[in-house]
Amino acid sequence: MTGPYLVQSSPHIRAKDTTPRIMVRVIISLLPAFLAAVYYFRLRALALIAVCVTASLATEAVFLWTRKKPLAPVLDGSAIITGLLLAMTLPPSFPLGSAIIGAVVSIGIGKQAFGGLGHNIFNPALVGRAFLSAAFPLAMTTWLPPVTLTVDVATFATPLGNLKFQEAVAQGTLAPLQNLFWGNIGGCLGETSAIALLIGGIYLLFKHTIDWRIPLGSVLSLGVFSGAFWLADPGRYASPLFHLLGGGFLLGALFMATDMVTSPVTAKATWVYALGIGLVIGIIRLFSGYPEGVMYSILFMNTFVPLLNHYLRPRILGERPKK
Amino acid sequence: MRRRTFPRGVHPPETKEATCDKSILPLPPPQRVVIPLLQHFGSPAKPLVKKGQEVFLGQMIGEGTGLFSARVHASVSGTILAVEEHGHSGGYPVPAVVIANDGRDRTASETGGAADPFSLSPDEIRQKVKDAGVVGLGGAAFPTAVKLAPPKDKLIDILVINGCECEPMLTADYRLMLEHPEEILKGAELARLAVGAQKTIIGIEENKGEAADILRRQADHFPVEIHLLKTKYPQGAEKNLIYALLRREVPRGGLPFDVGIVVQNVGTVKAIWEAVSAGKPLYERAVTVGGPGISEPKNLLARVGTPFRSAVDFCGGLKDDANTLIMGGPMMGLAQWSLDTPIVKGTSGILAWHSPAPASEYPCIRCGRCVEHCPMGLSPTQLHKFVRYEKWAEAENWGVLDCVECGCCQYICPSKIPLVHWMRLGKNKINRAKRKKSARS
Repeated sequence: MTGPYLVQSSPHIRAKDTTPRIMVRVIISLLPAFLAAVYYFRLRALALIAVCVTASLATEAVFLWTRKKPLAPVLDGSAIITGLLLAMTLPPSFPLGSAIIGAVVSIGIGKQAFGGLGHNIFNPALVGRAFLSAAFPLAMTTWLPPVTLTVDVATFATPLGNLKFQEAVAQGTLAPLQNLFWGNIGGCLGETSAIALLIGGIYLLFKHTIDWRIPLGSVLSLGVFSGAFWLADPGRYASPLFHLLGGGFLLGALFMATDMVTSPVTAKATWVYALGIGLVIGIIRLFSGYPEGVMYSILFMNTFVPLLNHYLRPRILGERPKK
Repeated sequence: MRRRTFPRGVHPPETKEATCDKSILPLPPPQRVVIPLLQHFGSPAKPLVKKGQEVFLGQMIGEGTGLFSARVHASVSGTILAVEEHGHSGGYPVPAVVIANDGRDRTASETGGAADPFSLSPDEIRQKVKDAGVVGLGGAAFPTAVKLAPPKDKLIDILVINGCECEPMLTADYRLMLEHPEEILKGAELARLAVGAQKTIIGIEENKGEAADILRRQADHFPVEIHLLKTKYPQGAEKNLIYALLRREVPRGGLPFDVGIVVQNVGTVKAIWEAVSAGKPLYERAVTVGGPGISEPKNLLARVGTPFRSAVDFCGGLKDDANTLIMGGPMMGLAQWSLDTPIVKGTSGILAWHSPAPASEYPCIRCGRCVEHCPMGLSPTQLHKFVRYEKWAEAENWGVLDCVECGCCQYICPSKIPLVHWMRLGKNKINRAKRKKSARS
């Protein structure tokens, strides 16, 4: 070529990673949890996931179209992730029609109302789930046992529900930890199998796609908080390991709290955010009327992210400490 | 021993293999040189020659004007063809002197070299450096005589010599250290005497260990230490290098003077030695001609004013698909649209390659990688939003003026947002508003 040559602003080389690649990695990382859900809940899981993902994509397309924006971002992967994550947080017996409403709220109110990808304050999937919890409280707390577990369906409860409402610790009827680990328990689609979530989470950590401070910080604070009570009165409180493996903690700490858009950008702020999430989960689980606290805890800490980013910025090289 | 470095930064592929073993070859001077009168940070030099006049090699053709300026010299002997505006690596026209080369390299009989350079006073050293038009050869081209004259109230204890060459693909400084260790050490000693420092520290990245060994072998006679640093970009950025070597932080908006340090590049101290000992003006420099778009990458000793075309042709020409031409390194270099651009004192490299179509930009997903990697401790994602929405006060408050434009943020950004471009725009707007304000009051 004899010129004129391309003139662009420096730097002239770029690292390979791109935003669409990040999205694809998050989708891949959810595969083990997806497979575990299908294994334990069979067609119900498949149907709910398909409905949530399709409804998310459709909502994204409709909103972009009404906002007169290009439609390409529909397939950037973020709407698929939102749909997947929303489905993961629903009980297996949740009605499909209501799930569609959840997906519309997730994308419409949780994401597009703020201006689309990168602009939302709250994790979109959790916005949808919070809406469903308020709108369909009964369906959101009706649990179907996994097909691999033979129990009385009528009185079936999640391990955390057991802990809260039936004083399971005192009676010694807590679900065994190995069931929590493999996923042979009641619960939302994607939250039951700890091992599947850990495999996906480790993959993301290994690929530097999520900030290690978020899972570590929230494990530490929930572990220390629930551990302190357990040590004080093991007859009344469940062990920290039970809290870490039970309910939606791992799903939340590895896949929801780590959402880049709604988590802080600076290291210091990320620590505060992560420790806060674990602590609020502990407080809700131990002292509130709810058996579970992951969703509200993450949404609660999401609110503080702009503030944390503002006040906990890194120190500029050569900056003198403020007097 | 664990090698030191600075916090954050990035690791772009080094890609120095193509030229790191290539000795510096003299590039034959072209038929015609175009010597810009602005090749340095500051104001352009004033032309001293007229069309038709004969000049000899090394004759001063432009005199520095004002505090921040530098002299410019003829890089060939011959006849002045014109004094006119000419395209320049910055992308805008500047006054330039065009000389027809007579091919004889006639020099003046009197060179003005010092018989015993080390016995000179700091003022005499500075004067010779100024006479020779020496500027910083690392890329910024700051007039060296100014840098060698610390303000009276600043006590300088350490001279730092920058041998990092942290830009990928460039190897000219590395070759200088291998091929001219003695001149570099002697030049560093002169610079140390000029600023009154007690000792000299040469910082070299560990991927250039051979250069450090060679310098060490010859360093006995001088108060100099050679430190290897953990390879990382932008180690050669002045403030980061000072922190890596000495754990001193240059205050925001301040200069290395403020923490008792002066930094000079290895090529610059070699030029200082030649200026003081031989009275040789800065009319040629080492240039890496490389990148995947150059047929036979080489290191060249090129005369100032040589068009890029001559250097590239000497290296087998551009490959057919090359569509990008860079002056400097891939991280901070300036893209050139034409091969007619002349080599100047600040040209550390001429690089070429094929770029795919510009990457499409995605929305910022606040991944925080730019914050995690910014060597200055800034929040580029936040700053770029302030600049984009013209929040100048916030941008300044968040430190946009501390940005050194090293490019780490944009390099690492997965959404391919032109962050450095936004930083530059912000700095420019704010500085312009400040100048306007101070002009009014």
